[in-house]
Amino acid sequence: MHVYACVKRVPMTGGRITLTDDQRAISTRHLGFTVSPHEECAVEEAVQIVEREGGSVTVLTLGPSESEEQLRDMMAIGADRALHLLTDGEEWDPQATAAAIVTAIRADAQPPDLILFGNESADAGNYQVAVRVAHALGLPCVTGVKAITIAGGRARCEQEVPGGRDVYDAPLPSVVAVKEGINLPRYPSVPGRLRAKRKPLEASSPERPAARLEMTRLELPPDSGKQVKILGRGPEAAPAVVEVLAELGVL
Amino acid sequence: MSVLVLMRDAGDELSLQALAFARSLGQATGADAEPTAFTIDGPYAPASWGQTVADLVTARSPRAVIAPGTERGNEVMAHAAAILDEPLSANTTAFTPGDPPTVTRVRWGGSLLEQALLRGGTLLITVAPHAVGAAPAGVTPEVVPASHHALALAPTERVGASSGGVTLEEASVVVSGGRGVGSAEGFAVVEELAGLLGGAVGCSRAVTSAGWRPHTDQVGQTGTKVAPEIYIACGISGATQHMAGCKGAKKLLAINSDGEASIFAHADYGVIGDVHAVLPAISAEIRKVRGA
Ligand SMILES: Cc1cc2nc3c(=O)[nH]c(=O)nc-3n(C[C@H](O)[C@H](O)[C@H](O)COP(=O)(O)OP(=O)(O)OC[C@H]3O[C@@H](n4cnc5c(N)ncnc54)[C@H](O)[C@@H]3O)c2cc1C
Ligand SMILES: Nc1ncnc2c1ncn2[C@@H]1O[C@H](COP(=O)(O)O)[C@@H](O)[C@H]1O
Repeated sequence: MHVYACVKRVPMTGGRITLTDDQRAISTRHLGFTVSPHEECAVEEAVQIVEREGGSVTVLTLGPSESEEQLRDMMAIGADRALHLLTDGEEWDPQATAAAIVTAIRADAQPPDLILFGNESADAGNYQVAVRVAHALGLPCVTGVKAITIAGGRARCEQEVPGGRDVYDAPLPSVVAVKEGINLPRYPSVPGRLRAKRKPLEASSPERPAARLEMTRLELPPDSGKQVKILGRGPEAAPAVVEVLAELGVL
Repeated sequence: MSVLVLMRDAGDELSLQALAFARSLGQATGADAEPTAFTIDGPYAPASWGQTVADLVTARSPRAVIAPGTERGNEVMAHAAAILDEPLSANTTAFTPGDPPTVTRVRWGGSLLEQALLRGGTLLITVAPHAVGAAPAGVTPEVVPASHHALALAPTERVGASSGGVTLEEASVVVSGGRGVGSAEGFAVVEELAGLLGGAVGCSRAVTSAGWRPHTDQVGQTGTKVAPEIYIACGISGATQHMAGCKGAKKLLAINSDGEASIFAHADYGVIGDVHAVLPAISAEIRKVRGA
């Protein structure tokens, strides 16, 4: 089975977000970068499927040259090769992102049996790139997936819904968008990292179409304006805490 | 020109919020005063529900289609947008008319807002939950039969119905532990307090990544969103992605050994101290008060 997994490089924001002066990006001077936990799980799931079924895992990203870091990270946890769709750092809207992914997958010599996505990107959260890719490739799509079982050329997918899980029986090839919790991604080992450096990475530079959902400015939501009331230090604070619980009517 | 609103049903709170959003969009753009609400009739199948929306757009050329920003709302509208090759603004909080109009939408699970130009022939928008007040109930949505789509999959069965305990989403008290709890066994003190308060146990991603708790307990951007009367955060630093899951809490009590932890900036009440000393003391105090 040839499984593809799509990931997006995002800053690892901490306790508070600061914006650049032009308010068009998060200030990343002191931040590391990562991919969404959903996407890390997509790669882990792809690796586990290929460990059982045989085949290969391709990770794919559309992003600036620095995103090679995320592709190498994903190869360190077991992806076999990477496709890097290089951008100049400008943000691409979800339609353009999906179109570039579709072109790259079509041009690839290896037709996919399964294309995995995160349920939503960590930063933009557009909830649509996977669905758009599926329609453009004429493939079925399941989103919000918390379990995948491959058997008899089909993928049994469990979609999380309020009150349980809906089961979709998807024929392969299909597009599946997964959520964190589907597995517990492994940590990259030192040999894994060394191997990842030598794994094949193919880069191309797609043309950016005009944006139809064009981010113009970022804003921090209004401050909660909360002023914390310190009830005390250590166990001596317990009576004050219980008083608060009583006031709130939860005791 | 009409504005269409996809509702789950006539009484659904989030659908009524979408209806309110549609009304103000209609007023701002000079479209028909009253939006046309509709529901889709037929078993849920995301691609065919998306096709239903696309068919309505083709048949009626509305100015906009608005849906609630729920998992299903976002999924159906993504299919519709893909079929129509139109842009979609998911989890939108505000609309400003213009040519093209501007939408405000949430990023990072609500920790950041984005303003964006929406260049759509028909404006496809889902509304972030609780971003606008709900319209009063009382509309009778038009019932539209589901269209056919060749690639549509429908669920074949429902599994794993919840076991009946207090769920994280519905709990009125959530006691949540972070890396500061120290170990899986360390959660005994968190469970004890949650049990005494009839609440649910939550945790941070640091905890699920360490394998101390299952992911079903995780609160945050990629976990569960909670809305209790009080959220008690124990040994949690207050990362934006964690806070994205507990914004809905009415009150927040932070217990952390580091008085400088950013969680205190989001908290109503704070205790500076070690969770393993503070939590047992609170539990003992509750027993004492109740025993009296
Ligand atoms: C895209 C993305 C999505 C994410 N989604 C989520 C999510 O859904 N949920 C989530 O939680 N995180 C999420 N994260 C991770 C998040 O950024 C943080 O890494 C995580 O929330 C940190 O967990 P923590 O607060 O338990 O650990 P830490 O940040 O390590 O904080 C531990 C805290 O415990 C305190 N402490 C230590 N010992 C004690 C003690 N004995 N008593 C009292 N206090 C003590 C410390 O002072 C510190 O403040 C996400 C990250 C990314 C990039
Ligand atoms: N720039 C990108 N490169 C590769 N995959 C992406 C990119 N943006 C989004 N995706 C994939 O599409 C999923 C959904 O993204 P979104 O529609 O933005 O919420 C993500 O979790 C990724 O798997």
